[in-house]
Amino acid sequence: MKLFIASIRILAAAFVVCCIAYPLAVWGFGRVVAPDSAEGRLIRTADGTVVGSRLIAQAFASPRYFWPRPSAVDYNAAGAGGSNLNPSGEKLRARGEEIVARYGATPERPLPADLATASGAGLDPHISREAADYQVERIAAARGLSPEQVRGVLGSGLVNVLEANLALDAISSRE
Amino acid sequence: MSSTLVLLLTLGGALVLSWPLGRWLAVVFSATGPCDRIFQATAGLLGREDQTWSRYLLAMGSFNVLMFVIVAIILGTQQALPFNPDGKGPLTWDLIFNTTASFVTNTNLQHYSGEVSMSYFSQLGALMFMQFVSAATGIACLAALARALAGAPTVGNFFIDVQRATFLVLIPMSFIVAGLYVLGGMPMTFGGAVEARTLEGAVQTIARGPVAAFVAIKQLGTNGGGFFGPNSTHPFENPSMLTNIVSMIALVIIPMACVWMFGRITGRMRHAAVVFGVMLVLLAGKLSWSVWHESAPTPAFNGLPIAADVGNLEGKELRLGALTGPLWAVLTTSTSNGSVGAMHDSLNPLTGLAPLTGMWLNETFGGVGVGMINMFVYIIVAVFLAGMMIGRTPEYCGKRVETREMLLASATLFFHPLFILGGTAIFAATHWGAGTISNAGPHGFSQILYEFSSAAANNGSGFEGLGDNTVPWNVATSLVMLLARYIPIALPLAIAGSLARKPRVAETAGTLPVDVPTFGVMLLGVIVLLGALTFLPAALLGPVADHLVNLSR
Repeated sequence: MKLFIASIRILAAAFVVCCIAYPLAVWGFGRVVAPDSAEGRLIRTADGTVVGSRLIAQAFASPRYFWPRPSAVDYNAAGAGGSNLNPSGEKLRARGEEIVARYGATPERPLPADLATASGAGLDPHISREAADYQVERIAAARGLSPEQVRGVLGSGLVNVLEANLALDAISSRE
Repeated sequence: MSSTLVLLLTLGGALVLSWPLGRWLAVVFSATGPCDRIFQATAGLLGREDQTWSRYLLAMGSFNVLMFVIVAIILGTQQALPFNPDGKGPLTWDLIFNTTASFVTNTNLQHYSGEVSMSYFSQLGALMFMQFVSAATGIACLAALARALAGAPTVGNFFIDVQRATFLVLIPMSFIVAGLYVLGGMPMTFGGAVEARTLEGAVQTIARGPVAAFVAIKQLGTNGGGFFGPNSTHPFENPSMLTNIVSMIALVIIPMACVWMFGRITGRMRHAAVVFGVMLVLLAGKLSWSVWHESAPTPAFNGLPIAADVGNLEGKELRLGALTGPLWAVLTTSTSNGSVGAMHDSLNPLTGLAPLTGMWLNETFGGVGVGMINMFVYIIVAVFLAGMMIGRTPEYCGKRVETREMLLASATLFFHPLFILGGTAIFAATHWGAGTISNAGPHGFSQILYEFSSAAANNGSGFEGLGDNTVPWNVATSLVMLLARYIPIALPLAIAGSLARKPRVAETAGTLPVDVPTFGVMLLGVIVLLGALTFLPAALLGPVADHLVNLSR
């Protein structure tokens, strides 16, 4: 019994420090040094509506937009997950075939691998530069822009799909 | 960032930092640790007693029973408790049992998805709470073991040790790591989920939360239970290369430092260096294996017009780079952490063998505290075998290793494969397991094998395609986690206690030295041989068959 009493006293102290003081301290630190990322790097329109998070992929189906990597959870940011498919299995091959058809990939113009594979959480906000270039012609045609204009929204390295699509809309609204 | 640089920063950073941390651990657990007066006051009357190994175990047991009760109550009533902005409902009894066992035993096997099922109170007040005190339990037990081997008749006081580990090691380190996480872009908010209206007019609900604080102790305490379902592949749980590298260092640094702490308390630093070297060799082996096999493109896409120049990207995140999948997979299973930086189910079949091996051996640095305790058992076996081979009386730390010690060591080594192979056999043969796999054939067998390996190693990662939130899975893995946690703590402590009672024999030229590379080779041989004899048949039925089926297509 004495053992339990000592345990209770220690667990109570640990609860106060670990579960109250510590998270509050980290929370306070975040509020001061990085308030934007502490809230999830949300993007808002002028009237305050949340468009999305820079870190979280969203579904894009219109040919006017860059398309993100496939998502095993249909971009559900309240229930994320990967496909957990066997990398040599039939189910994954079937998805590969479906995506190849959607992009019209050919042996001469193979699809970048990131566009055919679902990410770990199904919310990867990025595509590779190759995967973005792969989609430039389609977007240019759909928007009536030149491919150079579309390429203009891409930086070097990985492409954040939501940011690139916001930039596309900004160009189109200026035209 | 190039893969070589990531590897250098991660492993180099962990190696360098483990040295001063080991020194700090030794200071904290020395006879006159800082803040001991405060800890004695908190513990009350029992804070002043010197405990024998059995009394120490009893104290640890009571503490852990209480942990279990508290977590079960919180999880069982979360719908009525505060800090539930998204209105999470009640959980089923078997999921409560499983999650409680999982977090009390430092396993963090998750048969639920955090952002779907758990309130903020459950996440912070129950799960994160356990991530601190269960990790502290492991570190405390290692300190007791080391003191017994140093020859002390009593092994310290559990109630003081567990506070030292919590307040002087885990809390300050977590704060530093969480701070780096916040700078690296990880969310830390008590605001609930937000509704976003996308450019195409759809509505997306984005779950958020106090992620940074949670993830820091998840990584440091070899816990591994993620805030979000997909763990550290989730962009909020691992938003950038900075958080990625910090996370990988954090998951291995305390297990590494525990080896140095063991060396300092026992006063045998050269021996500790040999053991550290053996662990490092095992780590390097698993790492080379997994990086090599994961650089092959996704096998399912053979013959499709999909570029095959970047390795297997299924289940991986672009911002974390190509190396993170295999590197994290090896680190997390070597250390009994169990967080993931890529989906293990979708690793190439032979890559998947590396994490399985990590959990089967379970002492390549291992869980905080308990990894070195596991290694201690292998050391006893190696000392004994070496003694037999050269015809000398086996001795360790100046004490004779005899029948009683060997019986206890063999028993410890016996239970681990029994839980894994026995459990796998039962579930593979019955609907309990066969009805829950998401892939037919050898990959399905691997899923079952992985789940039991993870539970028995107190690891917590999984081949997540397995539909494991069922009553049989929840109950079976709970029992395995509990037994596989406390048996390998209790029996080694009994060995150390038994050694401590023996008279010290003088170390002469005839004594088998344990602080030379030759002993390291011997130890490595024992580990590899025992592991191979036990687990190769299962490896052949799972990952290897999976790979061969591929080749034959």
